Amino acid sequence: MIEIRDVTHSYGERVVLRSVSVTLAERRIGVIGANGSGKSTFARLLNALVVPDAGTVTVHGADTAKDAAAVRRMVGFMFTDPDAQIVMPTVAEDVAFGLRRRRLGKDKTEWMVAEALERVGLSGHAEHPAHLLSGGQKQLLALTSVLVTEPRILVCDEPTTLLDLPNTRRVLDLIDELPQQVVMITHDLESVAEYDRVLVFDDGRLVADDEPGPAVAFYRALVT
Amino acid sequence: MSRAARSWLHGAPASVKLGGLAVLATGVLALPSAATVGVAAACLVVLYASAGLSLAVAWAQIRPLRWVLALLFGFQAVAGGWEVAATVTGKLAVTVALAALLTLTTQASELLDVLERVMRRVPRVNAERAALVLTLAIRAIPVVAALAADIRDAQRARGGGLDIRAYGVPLVVRSLRYSDALGEALVARGVDD
Repeated sequence: MIEIRDVTHSYGERVVLRSVSVTLAERRIGVIGANGSGKSTFARLLNALVVPDAGTVTVHGADTAKDAAAVRRMVGFMFTDPDAQIVMPTVAEDVAFGLRRRRLGKDKTEWMVAEALERVGLSGHAEHPAHLLSGGQKQLLALTSVLVTEPRILVCDEPTTLLDLPNTRRVLDLIDELPQQVVMITHDLESVAEYDRVLVFDDGRLVADDEPGPAVAFYRALVT
Repeated sequence: MSRAARSWLHGAPASVKLGGLAVLATGVLALPSAATVGVAAACLVVLYASAGLSLAVAWAQIRPLRWVLALLFGFQAVAGGWEVAATVTGKLAVTVALAALLTLTTQASELLDVLERVMRRVPRVNAERAALVLTLAIRAIPVVAALAADIRDAQRARGGGLDIRAYGVPLVVRSLRYSDALGEALVARGVDD
C-alpha cells in the first residue's frame, strides 16, 4: 500500500507536482501523461529518490522522508536506460551486486543469481560482459538485478522506451507475470490496457484516476 | 572482467594475484637492461598462455597505449639512446600487460572484496565506498568508449571532420549525464543506505 498525501515538489522555480494525493493498493497501476507532466518525479517519490517539498509519501507505513532505506528495500526501481543501471562488468556480478549488503554468503548468492537469470532467460550470458548485451538483454538484466532483491513493489519508469517491438513485448510479458505490485510509467498506452488502474498526469496535477479505458480516453482527449 | 576461459590463474585467490602483481610489477620496474626486460616479456607471454589467453589478447591490452609507448620510445632514444628507450618502454608495456592479466583472470566482485578488506585497515576511509568507486571506474571505461564512438559516428554522418570542440563538448556532457543517471540508479539500489 502506497499513500501519497498532498505532495508538492519543485525543481528550482519549476513546480513539477502540485498537491497530489492518491492511495495505491492495486496490483497493476499505470501512470501516463505527456513529457514534463510530472509522472517521472511521481515515480521517484515512490522509491525515495525524490523527497517531496511538502506532503508525505508512505510505503507500507514507512515514510520516504524519514526511512528511505526501508522504503528502498521494499520498492525496486527500473529506469529507462539500462546502461545507467548496470554497475558491474559481468552479467552475474551485476545481479549479485544488489545482494552484497545482505551478506548471504557465496553459495546462497550464486544460487539466487543463477535462479534469477534462469527466470529471464539470461543464464547463458552469466559470465558475459554486461556492456556487450543487446538493448533488450540489458533491460532484462536491469530487471533481474532489481528482482533478485525481492522487492514488494516494482516501479518502472518507461522501461521499454529504448527497446524494439520484440524486446518490448518480452520485458512487458515478464513484468506481467510478476507477483509484485507494479507501478508502470509509460507512453505505451496499450501496455496498460489490462491494468487495474491508470493515473493521468498533466502539468504536475493528477487529472484522471480511473480504469484503463476511460483514463486512456481522457488522456487522448487532453492531448488532441 | 574475467574471461570465460578457466585456468590455474583464474582459480587463484584474488588477494594472492593482487599481491603477486605488486611484487612482479616492482620487480619489472627494477630491471636493469633491455635484455632482462625481454626475458620478463617472454615470461609474461608464458603466463598469458598458461592462463589460456592468446598473444592477441595480450596485445589488445597494450594497444591503446601504443602511441604513448611510441612517443616515450622516441623521447628516450633521443635523450639516452636505444638501450635506455627499449628498457623504459618495455618496462611500461610489461607492467600494463601484467596488470591486465589480473583483470582478465579475476572477477570484479572478487577484486572488490579484496580491496574492501585492504581498505578497512586504512583509517578514516569508507572501505565499501572506496572499493565501489574503483569498480565503477572499470565499468565506466566501455560506457565512455561507446559514447565516444557514438559521437564520432554522428560527426561522420553529418559529414564533419575531426573537430575537437564538437567532439569533446558532447562527450563531456553525455558522460556527466551518464554519471548522474548511474548515481541515481545506485541510490535506487540502496547503495547509499
